[in-house]
Amino acid sequence: MTYFIVKRLAIGLLTIWGVVTAVFIVVRLAPGDQATVALGPDASAAEVAALRHTLGLDQPLLVQYLSYLGDVVRLDFGDSYRFGRPAMDQVLERFPATAELTLAATVIAIVAGLILGVIAGKKPGSGLDRAVSTVTLGMQALPPFWVGIMFILIFALQLQVLPSAGGGSLANLVLPAVTLAIPFTALVARMTRSGVAETMSEAFVQTARSKGLTETQVLTGHVVKNSLIPVVTVVGLQVGTLLGGAVIIETVFAWPGLGSLLVSAVGNRDYAVVQAATVLIALCVIVLNLAADIINAKLDPRIRLEARR
Amino acid sequence: MTQSDILLTEAPGPVAPPARRRRRRPLAAIPYVIIGLYVLAATIGPLLIDYDPVATEVTERLLPPGSATESGTAWLGTDAVGRDVLAQVVYGARTSFIIGIAVVTACGLIGVVLGALAGYSGGLPDAAVSRTIDVLMAFPGILLAIVIAGLLERGMHVVIIALSVGGWVGFARLSRSITMSTRERDWVDAARIMGVSKAATLKRHIVPFLTGSVVALATIELASAVLSEAALSFLGLGLPPHIVSWGQAIAGGREHLATAWWITVFPGIALTVLVVCIGLVGDRLTRRFTRKRD
Repeated sequence: MTYFIVKRLAIGLLTIWGVVTAVFIVVRLAPGDQATVALGPDASAAEVAALRHTLGLDQPLLVQYLSYLGDVVRLDFGDSYRFGRPAMDQVLERFPATAELTLAATVIAIVAGLILGVIAGKKPGSGLDRAVSTVTLGMQALPPFWVGIMFILIFALQLQVLPSAGGGSLANLVLPAVTLAIPFTALVARMTRSGVAETMSEAFVQTARSKGLTETQVLTGHVVKNSLIPVVTVVGLQVGTLLGGAVIIETVFAWPGLGSLLVSAVGNRDYAVVQAATVLIALCVIVLNLAADIINAKLDPRIRLEARR
Repeated sequence: MTQSDILLTEAPGPVAPPARRRRRRPLAAIPYVIIGLYVLAATIGPLLIDYDPVATEVTERLLPPGSATESGTAWLGTDAVGRDVLAQVVYGARTSFIIGIAVVTACGLIGVVLGALAGYSGGLPDAAVSRTIDVLMAFPGILLAIVIAGLLERGMHVVIIALSVGGWVGFARLSRSITMSTRERDWVDAARIMGVSKAATLKRHIVPFLTGSVVALATIELASAVLSEAALSFLGLGLPPHIVSWGQAIAGGREHLATAWWITVFPGIALTVLVVCIGLVGDRLTRRFTRKRD
């Protein structure tokens, strides 16, 4: 078990290093460095050169890279030129809103996905099963940003029952959370369906039936419980996908989270914020993936043994 | 569980399953027909419809679908600067196909080559490829694409590169795993004993067994590349303004959602229908090549 955790941890560290390095390379390849962007087009060459010197941009690339790695370790990314304050503070301030949105979407996806999956898996091959399979396939293919705009058109502009943008209240949360949950619901439903369909043919289900339990009791007490393991896995391992989706959904609904901050920072070439946000997102993904891995390994000894090989 | 996981659950054996007579389902052809229509619109459409993405016609702005304009009837209406929405849908289809196909080709080539080499060689090359896959799997690909496409010079090639950076991983994982099991087969041993070179063994005796699964995965990846390109353009981070794209058209209509819904709705429907159809085809191919029970 220790070996397993150490291995996952090493991959996590490698991932952060990879993300940090990739962003460093992209920032250096981008037209216009931090100094020119911060000072704007009217700055004189001398001013730019002075700022470049202060920021250390006139040093050799390797020196810049190493000092940047040092900054990352200390989680110090410098000041955002747009807000004039540490980029990390800016990013951490936006973090709770993103956590709220992704958590709400996860809850919706798990509840709706489990219900759909059980309905479909209960009788594999039935009309209901095929209907659910078709619907979930469609849900996975829908472009989330467009669905979000359609929700705004229907619920905010036509029916005027929900606000279209902003954050803070529960009403604001509904549309973005549902939009973000759609593809994830489909995924949970498909996983649950195959789990339930498989469990339905197990001997203990027959035993439960012959004990005289009703079909509902068999489903809730025996089948669903045993099909939950793959669902837990998927939820944990899809955190990255969910955060990626949140970045786009937040922009659609002007949700004041990490994602909308990242997109506007990329658009404004606010490199410090871009770097801080990507590192924080990578950290989240790695910590949550590790948690899911550990829970899984605890539940299923085969995973532990495979990791040793 | 991603698509490559599903394809990995049961790697196909060397012998194709005997063709089973299936109940003919005429509905099953629909996705193929619709994709065919899109391809037709993307290739021939631009020849029939004249469209200048940077021209503006202020007198003809925000016209509802079916309005008459100077250059003919605007069947799907016009946008905020008087450009025809139907033309945007048709030209956008071309952009989506070009980028989607380029991304899938690049990812497929890189992924299959790296995956097959890693799976066949083992040792250090395998470790290097596997760890790179682990790293890229952990970080959401769309975020990497946003950062790359947003910070670098704008252009079609940058979008293609941005989407390919994380896209090859699925192909590599799939190819690596199938190669590892095919490597143990007798005919590969036989080739090795006869002194066939490593490159030729890979090419003649291993890669052919990857084809089916790789084609299935490529279909799914095409849908996701089209979707990601639209998302990038929607955020205003992908293509330069003179290249027409569904994502840009959708974003352009957002301000006028209350009064001119058609600017946003029609490109979105075009995108959704295409992605759903490619997804349906991909799902069917995946099921066929993993030989799962239907």
